[in-house]
This record gives sequence, C-alpha cells and structure tokens, in this order.
Amino acid sequence: MSNVGIVIVSHSPLVAEGAADMVRGMVGDEVPLAWCGGDPAGGLGTSVEAILAAVERAWSDRGVAILVDLGGAETNSEMAIEMLDPARASKVVICNAPVVEGAVMAATEASGGATLDAVRATAEELSAR
Amino acid sequence: MISEARLRAVVLAVSSTIVEHAEELTALDAAIGDGDHGVNMRRGAAAVVAELEAIVAKPLPEALKTIGTRLVMTVGGASGPLYGTLCLALGKQLSGTPDDFAGALRRAVDAVAARGKSRYGQKTLLDVLYPIVDAVEARRTLPETVAVAHAAAAETRDRKALRGRASFLGDRSIGHVDPGARSSALIVEAIAGALL
Repeated sequence: MSNVGIVIVSHSPLVAEGAADMVRGMVGDEVPLAWCGGDPAGGLGTSVEAILAAVERAWSDRGVAILVDLGGAETNSEMAIEMLDPARASKVVICNAPVVEGAVMAATEASGGATLDAVRATAEELSAR
Repeated sequence: MISEARLRAVVLAVSSTIVEHAEELTALDAAIGDGDHGVNMRRGAAAVVAELEAIVAKPLPEALKTIGTRLVMTVGGASGPLYGTLCLALGKQLSGTPDDFAGALRRAVDAVAARGKSRYGQKTLLDVLYPIVDAVEARRTLPETVAVAHAAAAETRDRKALRGRASFLGDRSIGHVDPGARSSALIVEAIAGALL
C-alpha cells in the first residue's frame, strides 16, 4: 500500500473500533488501518503488545500515524515505537489530536497520498483551533 | 553485585507488597484517576514472578531489563511504561557504570520523568522517586530511606495533580495521596526489607 497507515489506540475497544468504522466510511480500503483498545487483561486501558501488533497490521513504508485518546495510550504508544527496530520507529508518529476527529482527518489526508508529516499536520490542526 | 538469593528475595518482597496492597492502590486511584492502579500492578507483579527463576539467574542489569520489559508488556495503564522505564533504564545505566548506583538511579528516574513528561512536585511517583535518589546519594541508611519514601508519598496528599488523569480534577485532586507515589514507597519498603 502506498498510502500512510493509521492506527487508532483507545482505552476502550469499543471507542477504537467505532472510530475505525468512521475512518472506513470515509476512506474505504485506500488507507492501511488498524485499531486496538483495552489493557492486557481485557479491561479499559492500553497494551504495548497490542499497539505493536496494530502498527504491524497498518504498516506502510510511507509511515504510520497513531491517534490516541488519554495519557496512558500516548505513553504506551511512545513505548511501543521505541521497541520497533530503529528503521521502522523513524516512520511512526503520534498525532496530538482528538482520537475520533483526528483519525478521520488523518486518514482522509492519507488517502490522497500525502506524506506522513502532512498527515500528522492535518490531524494536529484540530488541536490548534 | 547482588546474589541470586538476595535478588529473588527482593523480587518476591516487591511482588508480595503489591499483591497485599492492590486494593488500597486501586482505591487511591479510584479517588483521583481511573481506579486500576492496584489491579494493573498486581498483573505486572504476577508476570515478573512467573519468570522469577530466569530473571534471578541473570546479572542484575539484565535482570532489571527483563523485569522492565515484562512490566511494559503486561501492566497496561501509564504505570507499565513508567515503572518499566525505571527498570529498563536502571539496567542500562548499571551495565555502563556498575560502581555508581546513585548516579545510575538518578539517570533512571530522569528517564521516568522524560517518559511521563513530568517532574518533581506534580503529584506523581516522581514525588517519591526523587527524594529516594537524594537519600541514596546522601548515603542514608535503608530504614531512613524507607522513612523518606513514606513521608514523600504522604506529602502528595496536599498537592494538586498536574499530570495524568488526576490533573483533570484540578483542585479536587487535593486531599488524596497519589497512587503511584504510594506504590513507589511500598516498593522501596519491600526492597529495603529484603536487603536488610
């Protein structure tokens, strides 16, 4: 796939899956997309292992943009990126944006073939408003 | 640096105190956060104990790195990456400068601060970790260091949370001990108990 991939990380699998449904509705299969939610025991929370697997599923050589909801999702996503091999880690970014709106905006931008930097900038415009 | 038997005792003591205080930690977290700190820490402790023999067979720096990785992968929540980073960074520092424990500990706590984008005084586990570093640097005895840790944890009660989910509560976070500060103090007490 030649478009930037999107990963959605929420404390809640329902939120992550719902946000992914909204992204699919917008861009169909034009963008590699994966989501994860819930802690390693299935409760509300996030899991580094699940984030790593989601990055793998949404992998694109043009990069992957991660959208997160609350603090732990961001910290665990940063941890996951550091655990990737360095060549891959340099192509994964976390967007400072609201998870649902950010994912839809980022994916829409990605579907047009935008670079990883442009995808992130588009998502982060939401926080700048 | 530390015998296999001593390391086993330390890991088991830390794990026991986490299991023993899991409900208390969760209750503290329920007051100002999302109420999962005890449950998450207990899961991490179980994951570490499940690999106890493999861990204690390693030299201390490698053992710490394995513990850190297990915590990162199993705890979930923000405490997994924070305590995981503490162990991973301390392991890394100790392989580089094995004779400077205090310096290694300070740099490891700095790594936790960077991971959490926080610093001392924001009602987090750093409010306990930095006083412990100071006590270790000042060559205080283990019982003194434990007292410092508990006093530092208690002081978070009157502080307003500036990082993490608790910060959403603003002034309403005042009056509750920070769960991460409390778990840090409990861990220090357990480590000291196993080393004495």
